[in-house]
Amino acid sequence: MLRIEEHPILTFEKGKLVTFTFDGKELQGYEGDTIASALHAAGVKVMGHHHVSGRPRGFYCAIGNCGSCLMIVNGEPNIRVCVVPLEEGMVVETQNNRGDLL
Amino acid sequence: MREVDIAIVGGGPAGLMAADAAATNGASVLLLERDGHLGGQLVKQTHKFFGSEKQYASVRGVKIATILEEKLQGMSDLVEIWTDATALGLYEDGVLTVEKGKEFVKIKPKRIIVATGASEKFLTFVNNDLPGIYGAGAVQTLMNVNGVRPGQRVLMVGAGNIGLIVSYQLLQAGVEVAAIIDAAPTIGGYLVHASKIRRAGVPIITSHTVTRAYGKEAVEGATIVALDEKWQPLPGTEQELDVDVICISVGLSPLAELLWQAGCEMRYVPQLGGHVPVRDHHLKTTVDEVYIAGDLTGIEEASSAMVEGRLAGLAAASSLGFKSDSLEADILDCKEQLKSLRSGPVGDHINQGMAQVMLDK
Ligand SMILES: Cc1cc2nc3c(=O)[nH]c(=O)nc-3n(C[C@H](O)[C@H](O)[C@H](O)COP(=O)(O)OP(=O)(O)OC[C@H]3O[C@@H](n4cnc5c(N)ncnc54)[C@H](O)[C@@H]3O)c2cc1C
Ligand code: FES
Repeated sequence: MLRIEEHPILTFEKGKLVTFTFDGKELQGYEGDTIASALHAAGVKVMGHHHVSGRPRGFYCAIGNCGSCLMIVNGEPNIRVCVVPLEEGMVVETQNNRGDLL
Repeated sequence: MREVDIAIVGGGPAGLMAADAAATNGASVLLLERDGHLGGQLVKQTHKFFGSEKQYASVRGVKIATILEEKLQGMSDLVEIWTDATALGLYEDGVLTVEKGKEFVKIKPKRIIVATGASEKFLTFVNNDLPGIYGAGAVQTLMNVNGVRPGQRVLMVGAGNIGLIVSYQLLQAGVEVAAIIDAAPTIGGYLVHASKIRRAGVPIITSHTVTRAYGKEAVEGATIVALDEKWQPLPGTEQELDVDVICISVGLSPLAELLWQAGCEMRYVPQLGGHVPVRDHHLKTTVDEVYIAGDLTGIEEASSAMVEGRLAGLAAASSLGFKSDSLEADILDCKEQLKSLRSGPVGDHINQGMAQVMLDK
């Protein structure tokens, strides 16, 4: 279990349960999560594959600087999931290509 | 086009203090922050700060952010705050373009203070792109903001203050730290932090680096190796560590894209973390309307970022004619504070760097 339940300094008040899907599977996170933190807590580390080498990609900076965490969210590609708040009903998919410009 | 006296890019400690100083002197301010909340790096810092009282020493980083934000909310007639607003471009004619939510906005401020902070450096080793290899800031964010552990067992690379503090925070969150390694022969961070961690049973291994991560879809282990005096790997000293996270804490480099685009003169200064803007003593760049503050001017600490923010805010406001009676004294006070923050051995390093980018001596 990766969620911190006890901490000497911080208290984490979990928000409401939020249900979303990851590659079709139903997962749950909490209000206040980013998409990346909810995925990570659910045991998902691989967020996509590099469009040329096919190597797995996870997040790196978690503050929106590096572009390592791009995924398809509600059909839109190239979303930095480390800085996007999780919302009820979100459809999150791994991205294995460059993503089409809409 | 939206007009304002001073636009500030970045809502970390530097940007927040700049907004406060400028508005206190009467200038109208628009503060832009890319994230959904203000505070920058402060938000994930749960430890009490060093420094003197003026820079909120012994207050926890998270708390400082709230104090500053509340102060700005009390000046809402002059200060407008946009979160979820990313500055995309800064053009020769002084126009700043911003993505605000899904909207594209153009702003024409009279002055701009750029306080975008820094981004984490990276290391070269085999399989360094595997999921499970995270920057120290990422580990802190995940753990201290979201309440999620990065994994079960961590190898920390880098024994500077950030590496030491994040290791301690990992222990607090109930994560095992297998070891802290550093390529340098001595520990870079403060000894108080180092002893605290050693007492908790975590080995700090100097003159070592990471050469390989292994794992299929994510990190399952790491190889570390000893280095000789010339920083070359010593054959036969490889050790395998069973870890699912490798945390990289090898420093930061200034996030200066907007300044490059605006045409500010930049110089490479290793002591300051990379390419940094040339500036005068009032933190004005070589482009007249553009001021700078915080980690962007050179990697230091939140304490100096706050003082620099205040200085840039005062200077930018005064260049537009907003002058309170105490302006001169306030500017002097900032300079004095910076001087005292930059005394001591760590300060020598910063001062050497600063000497290479100052326009006026
Ligand atoms: C683990 C750790 C421990 C630390 N401990 C201490 C300590 O004990 N004492 C101390 O004094 N300092 C400490 N520091 C250092 C301190 O946090 C930084 O020096 C300080 O936060 C720098 O402030 P800043 O405002 O320049 O940048 P930041 O805090 O990085 O803020 C920059 C802000 O700009 C925003 N931004 C970036 N680009 C854009 C854009 N294009 N448009 C809009 N917004 C943008 C970012 O989202 C961010 O919010 C520590 C740092 C770390 C990582
Ligand atoms: S992890 Fe770096 S942008 Fe998301």
